[in-house]
Amino acid sequence: MNAPAENTSTLVQPVGAGTPETASVLTAGLSTVKKKTFGSQLRASLAMFSNPKSATGLIIFGIFLLVAIFAPWIAPYDPTAQNLSATLQPPSFQHLLGTTHIGEDVFSQIVYGTRGVLVVGLIATIMATVMAIVVGVTAGYLRGWKSESLSALSNVFLVLPALPLMIIIASQFQDPPLILIAAVLGLTGWAWGARVLRAQTMSLRNRDFVQAARANGEPLHRIILVEMLPNLMAIIASSFVGTMTAAVLGLTTLAFIGVIPVSNLNWGTILFWAQQNNAFPDYWWWYVPAGLCIALLGVALALINFGIDEYVNPRLRSAGERARAMKKKGMDPNAAVTQVRPDLAAGAGVRSGRSKSERSTA
Amino acid sequence: MSADTSTTVGPGPDSRNPENEAVGVQAAVAPGLGAAPIVAAPVSGAQSDAVQFDPTLVGTTATKAERGGSRVPWRFIGGRVLFYAFTAFAAISINFFIPRMMKGDAVQAYMAQSRGLLQPSAEKALRIQFGLDNSTSLWQQYWHYWGMLLHGDLGISISSGMAPVSEVIGAALPWTLSLVGIATIISFVVGTIVGAVVGWRRGGRLDFLVPVTTFLGTVPYFWLGLIFIAVFASLLGWFPAGHAYELGVTPGFNLDFISEVISHAALPALTIVIASVGGWVLGMRNMMLTVLDEDYITVAQAKGMPDRRVLWRYAARNAVLPQIQSFALALGFIVGGTLVMEMVFSYPGIGLLLLNATNAKDYALMQGIFLVLVLAVLVANILADIAYAILDPRVRETEA
Repeated sequence: MNAPAENTSTLVQPVGAGTPETASVLTAGLSTVKKKTFGSQLRASLAMFSNPKSATGLIIFGIFLLVAIFAPWIAPYDPTAQNLSATLQPPSFQHLLGTTHIGEDVFSQIVYGTRGVLVVGLIATIMATVMAIVVGVTAGYLRGWKSESLSALSNVFLVLPALPLMIIIASQFQDPPLILIAAVLGLTGWAWGARVLRAQTMSLRNRDFVQAARANGEPLHRIILVEMLPNLMAIIASSFVGTMTAAVLGLTTLAFIGVIPVSNLNWGTILFWAQQNNAFPDYWWWYVPAGLCIALLGVALALINFGIDEYVNPRLRSAGERARAMKKKGMDPNAAVTQVRPDLAAGAGVRSGRSKSERSTA
Repeated sequence: MSADTSTTVGPGPDSRNPENEAVGVQAAVAPGLGAAPIVAAPVSGAQSDAVQFDPTLVGTTATKAERGGSRVPWRFIGGRVLFYAFTAFAAISINFFIPRMMKGDAVQAYMAQSRGLLQPSAEKALRIQFGLDNSTSLWQQYWHYWGMLLHGDLGISISSGMAPVSEVIGAALPWTLSLVGIATIISFVVGTIVGAVVGWRRGGRLDFLVPVTTFLGTVPYFWLGLIFIAVFASLLGWFPAGHAYELGVTPGFNLDFISEVISHAALPALTIVIASVGGWVLGMRNMMLTVLDEDYITVAQAKGMPDRRVLWRYAARNAVLPQIQSFALALGFIVGGTLVMEMVFSYPGIGLLLLNATNAKDYALMQGIFLVLVLAVLVANILADIAYAILDPRVRETEA
């Protein structure tokens, strides 16, 4: 997948999957090449986030995180405080997002709901990621039937429909604790990460630097932790973000169905109450913000993943940029012949215009 | 999530190419094809030894080797059959153990529900009927469970008037299969075609579709459904708001009933398509960007092949292979989302049944539904495998 030639236009980005060494050279410039400081290493390992898409996603995610942490200071009301004199109020300065059927402040519920979503989502994602790393890297490093059976295990969990499984497990409990919900979300969410980590570990295992480390007699834990893990960071980060998206969707869906206790306030719970009390379609302030928050968090996570994708596979970024640059010169990015002689083709492209059949017969 | 991450990692379509194409491409493809079995040989044992000495693959650049035509890829088929059998076994076992590991007790829930109507002495009989007899060992229960399954007996549903679970599910399944099946296939086909075109016209105006589909893909299915009901059913009145048909209409094979069903299915189907199409567009676009940089594309264009042919027969055909794999794997996720759709639209399928069973703590029905869903997903996976085998003539051993 590595394509060094792709990267001539933007040297800031490292090339290809799993090359933090080059990344540090390219991002840090010449001054810090000589000595590896903590700062330069930190910068190198964060290089996958240093593009506009990832940065935007991280900022949005950071805002949600701050809201979750400082919920008691941000929310103007107690989220469950009833105010029967102001029920079903449309948004106003008193109630930024209106009130529910028993006068609860929707904005406060959203703020506290952020906390519910992020706490459970993060716990579930951390569980799932740890499991994915353990199973995936082990399966990738081992050979033979052990590797195959671990791979089969993760494939089974991939194929099983997660949501019905969650519903069934969660509904076995009268009042499932948060940690159990997180565990169920994690249990159904680790398989994808394990699968991609296994594939990448298998390809790393045969690279020269790992072979050299093995020939040097480095112990197994050092090979895995020091040699391989840094090269898996991008994929781990990507699967972390993907798992988080799935966990948030799973959690809000379970809350919306009413499988998990409504006392655990999150965005899904708000939608649950809205539907229970016939908020649709008249009381839009009750159900629109919660759904938009889920979508916004999802977009933020997707943006982070786009950035990582483009870091791992630079073609995803450069393809659009190159195509636009060629169009500016009046060339068609899909005409391979014009790429060879841009000076001639620039004229030809202008002459023949956008007629594709004409160009292909020329 | 699955569709877009799939493109970053994994083997990818290295130098996959439609084999039966014109002469110029063959030289470009041959190294990749010829090398594959040799590289794989030390790892995959006896079968690949046979391949290694095959004169049509070693030492020739011909890709239209005679032996290709009717060879049955037994190794591929065998591996997949084993995987499906194992998955089915694992799902059935999970299904058996979950209710027995958890604190919830179906019998006590049922006793509590029908308080006063049942004598406490009936508990023993119920336990035997539910297959939850405490006096037998777990192993005996497990064997008993398998025996019942093989006879098509999934137990009885306490929330549906003690009707057999298989009958209850059988009544709901056609609705789900037709709605979810058709909507998912439409979404996959449309998303893949749009993704191919967006990838081909990279850098163009169509790139605006990428953020739009991303947003739609992250919106929860159920919320989109609720919004659609609010806008299209309640405000505009274009579609009915729920159910599969109006209460007064009698089901039958006539024009009235069919049009009724179609008008009721349109809005849920539209929601499923819109919510899930983004992942396919994105996955296909990313794959196209990778494939379009391959040498065989340049060669095909340098030969003066029409763009349309390069796009669909060369680029798209290669880019669709990982897409089909992620279709198979994402199916479990999609099924989950669409089940919630049914709950929102009160559509009388499996999803609504699952919701009702959950609320009524009807464990037998819940387990039966889970089992049926797993089997449906496995069947869809088998179909995806067949499609993959047709589109990729080499059918080499895949990850799964």
